[in-house]
Amino acid sequence: MSGTWAIVAAIGLGTMLIKAAGPVLLGGRPLPERLRGIVALLAPALLAALVATATLGEGQSLVVDARVAGLAVAVIAIVLRAPTLLVVLAAAAAAAMVRFAGALM
Amino acid sequence: MAESTPIRFELRAGALTAVPLAVAVGLFGVSFGVLSASSGGMGALPAIVMSATTFAGSAQFAAASILSSGGGPIAAIAAALLLNARYLPIGVSVARVLSGGPLLRLLKAQLVVDESWAIAARGDGHFDPGRLMGAGIVLWLAWVGGTIVGVIGGEALGDPAALGLDAAFPALFLALLAPQLRSRTALSVAILGAAIAVVLTPFTPPGVPIIAAGGAAFIGLWRR
Repeated sequence: MSGTWAIVAAIGLGTMLIKAAGPVLLGGRPLPERLRGIVALLAPALLAALVATATLGEGQSLVVDARVAGLAVAVIAIVLRAPTLLVVLAAAAAAAMVRFAGALM
Repeated sequence: MAESTPIRFELRAGALTAVPLAVAVGLFGVSFGVLSASSGGMGALPAIVMSATTFAGSAQFAAASILSSGGGPIAAIAAALLLNARYLPIGVSVARVLSGGPLLRLLKAQLVVDESWAIAARGDGHFDPGRLMGAGIVLWLAWVGGTIVGVIGGEALGDPAALGLDAAFPALFLALLAPQLRSRTALSVAILGAAIAVVLTPFTPPGVPIIAAGGAAFIGLWRR
């Protein structure tokens, strides 16, 4: 029990410090031009990595499962300019249906 | 610019933009609560405290799954903090727009998450502080509220995987990524980032591939 609280505290405090490091230490100081160029590209790099690992990652292994079907449906929904909630729900529904169909077979 | 768009307006705009995401985030909060309150989980109260203080879905899910699969506390803490290490450069990117004293900036920084950051991004490396805070508050309420509902509701929700909630994650991140792909450089960086993450996944602890993928942004040094 105390072990659980130690983990919760460590992750909570650690995350708070990570998040606050830039804003508290840097304040209003502008970032150098070159750094700004990198920072502007951090979002696409990290988000694409999150898409890849959330679709294919299972711990340290790569698996192709119902999530791929969900992502395919998400791509179609995004191309059709569906709102984000619809994109997410369509992906979840597609994955759930693929799993349900798989369980029947 | 700043004169024509008062902070209150931008706060509301950020909050409204975040509502669809907040529904999804709330549902993930519910599944995090259910997972934590069920047998083998970290327990109801620790889960709620973690959501309120850590406020980072992927890190919390990583810690929860490592703990429930018998992983050690160090592995759980390391995985969660490695997943959250991306908030170091993200924090630096918004540092200029978070005003106030050190304590206020520390508190404001807690509302910076992937989704609020993406909502506040103007696409040229600049960020709108009002939209950042408005979206952050709505998302925090949804995340913590969802966690509370989850630990109370317990197993009533059923299996998150059977409901396809795990497929909602990549869909959410892709929906956030799509509007960022305005230039060929951004597209190249995204493809490289995804490739780095996939290649590293089998060889590194969860979370490391995502941080390493951030290295793809260094393309920005010599390409515009």
